[in-house]
Amino acid sequence: MPRRTMIEAIRDAMDVSMGRDSQVIVYGEDVGFFGGVFRATQGLQAKYGKSRCFDAPISESGIVGSAIGMAAYGLRPCVEVQFADYVYPAYDQIVSEAARLRYRSNGDFTCPIVVRMPTGGGIFGGQTHSQSPEALFTHVSGLKVIVPSNPHDAKGLLIAAIEDPDPVIFLEPKRLYNGPFDGHHDKPVTPWSKHELGEVADGHYTIPLGKAAIRRQGSAVTVLAYGTMVYVAQAAAEETGIDAEVIDLRTLLPLDLEAIVASVKKTGRCVVVHEATLTSGFGAELAALVQENCFYHLEAPVARVAGWDTPYPHAQEWDYFPGPARVGRALIETLEA
Amino acid sequence: MADAGLLRFHVPEPEVRPGGTPDFSNVTIPKAGSVPRPEIDVDPRSIRDMAFSIIRVLNRAGEAVGPWAGLLGDEELLEGLRHMVTLRTFDARMQMAQRQGKTSFYMQHLGEEAVSCAFRKALRPGDMNFPTYRQAGLLIADGYPMVMMMNQIYSNEADPLKGRQLPIMYSSKEHGFFSISGNLATQYIQAVGWAMASAISNDSRIAAAWIGDGSTAESDFHAALVFASTYKAPVVLNVVNNQWAISTFQGIARGGSGTFAARGLGFGIPSLRVDGNDYLAVHAVAKWAAERARANLGPTLVEYVTYRAGAHSTSDDPSAYRPKAESDAWPLGDPVIRLKNHLIHKGVWSEQRHTQAEAEILETVIAAQKEAESHGTLHAGGKPSTRDMFEGVYAEMPPHLRRQRQQAGV
Repeated sequence: MPRRTMIEAIRDAMDVSMGRDSQVIVYGEDVGFFGGVFRATQGLQAKYGKSRCFDAPISESGIVGSAIGMAAYGLRPCVEVQFADYVYPAYDQIVSEAARLRYRSNGDFTCPIVVRMPTGGGIFGGQTHSQSPEALFTHVSGLKVIVPSNPHDAKGLLIAAIEDPDPVIFLEPKRLYNGPFDGHHDKPVTPWSKHELGEVADGHYTIPLGKAAIRRQGSAVTVLAYGTMVYVAQAAAEETGIDAEVIDLRTLLPLDLEAIVASVKKTGRCVVVHEATLTSGFGAELAALVQENCFYHLEAPVARVAGWDTPYPHAQEWDYFPGPARVGRALIETLEA
Repeated sequence: MADAGLLRFHVPEPEVRPGGTPDFSNVTIPKAGSVPRPEIDVDPRSIRDMAFSIIRVLNRAGEAVGPWAGLLGDEELLEGLRHMVTLRTFDARMQMAQRQGKTSFYMQHLGEEAVSCAFRKALRPGDMNFPTYRQAGLLIADGYPMVMMMNQIYSNEADPLKGRQLPIMYSSKEHGFFSISGNLATQYIQAVGWAMASAISNDSRIAAAWIGDGSTAESDFHAALVFASTYKAPVVLNVVNNQWAISTFQGIARGGSGTFAARGLGFGIPSLRVDGNDYLAVHAVAKWAAERARANLGPTLVEYVTYRAGAHSTSDDPSAYRPKAESDAWPLGDPVIRLKNHLIHKGVWSEQRHTQAEAEILETVIAAQKEAESHGTLHAGGKPSTRDMFEGVYAEMPPHLRRQRQQAGV
């Protein structure tokens, strides 16, 4: 099976979707001729023409707003916001318009759009290229929110997102574009070409939204993670020698509660990890759901490891990033509790 | 240069406030028929002055004059008059229904009926409007059933939107009327996107974007102008300048700019101003802009100069911020009276027939209202089910919503 980086897998997903369905349109800043600053759309304009893959003005609200209009017309736009940190001008369009169009018009108009954006830190991007705003979207009814953690999933989930009848926020952990980064920033990353999840089948396949994956089997504690933190959690488990079960949520909304509950009922302990800031982060929702659904199985409080409640710093990136040492401490504390 | 002293902060003020004498002497009204009608493929640079004038067809004597006249026959004009009177009557009844507690909220069109009623007749079936809350004339003039509008206003059991939307936020794809958001300006860039999609699909349908004077200050307005000009989208960009954004006079959004139409000039978009209370002028300019869009000539910006004679909504009291008699002083008159006078002048209408028509229309509206009320009003009779509240958030209900619906006991 061919191996692909996450960027190649994402590009392949758009390529396959555009090849199968002429309604699929791809655009965004630098997306056309150049192929995107991360090269996710490289070659698509040459292959499908300027009507189906083109450069957009620097206006995120314009990009998403026009995509909503296109979707209302009947196309399936898959647009790129260059960094998740730049999505805020489009927030009104996403929250007040895309998410509610089906509901408020009682299905008269729908909004099958995908908004792709690189998310997360680990690249010395400072506060404008490192944020993880997923909780701003999981709080919005009408949206679906995906954070893939590997090339295989990224392709299958993106094709599923493009084919989905409702608006999907597709957050791509940019630190994973080239390899499964585990938080050890001082060590080289294994490239996807040497990782089994870098195996990406040619052609069309989908991964259903709302289904989590177990990345590491274990019986002592459940770690709920997504994106880059899946690898950080795995590294923490290996390094502490704790028999942790690592669940990769993949889709945050809708959430695979069944998989979470089954695992926590088995282990009796739960650590929630994410890069995003702690307060009102998605981890709060996860912790609440775990205690609501697994209270009588819990042997320790649900722990959260997250980014500190500060803006994402530059020089202090590795003091900020919730790396394997912090996750490992939380695992130990949860077991000792 | 001499020092001008300390900096001073500038906040624009309207000419007159309550208690003052209404004064529109600052509004320059060109003579009807005086603005030329260029070819649709005109070089936009050569018609920049049109963004500062006002295209008018009906003169004070009730005659249709000048190069923009002559597009509509008697039957079409009589139909237009009927649409405007219907909308006005509909508004009056629904305004009253709100006061009677039959619904929570209403927004009327008083004084602005020509804009949406005439515009609709310049479009073809399949074209798509992205309206604001003050363009229900688009539905009336396209034959959308009034009873459906009322069902929506009452949020009753027959409400096509299942009680989910604030009154008057209609939606009808079939009638080229995009779901009204209620958020301002968001729909402007969506209209451009819809038009881009039509061009991408090599279709022949066009879009129409709608916005008010106040909301042109929103960044989505500017995003829309960028996208429309960049991609030459087949869209008509409408700005309804009714002078007032709730209590804020249009000068707050317009600032030092000459006109709202002039906003389009920097984008190279042909930008016209039209007498919004002149049914014939609105229709003629809309037709010109629609033809440009259909001919791959790209967007046109049209500012309709009109006056919001009524309150912003049923929650508003204009006497608190503008003189009561201001609407009487508005120099462009009343759209219904002007078209009526024109038809009388042409000899195809009379005061008597008009009075009779008004009575007939009132009867029709009351009949629709009775039918709608048989399906319930906001607080009485049939209403959408609690189950409907949970449906339609997604194409398929996700597990968490299903659990919540069960919790709610439905």
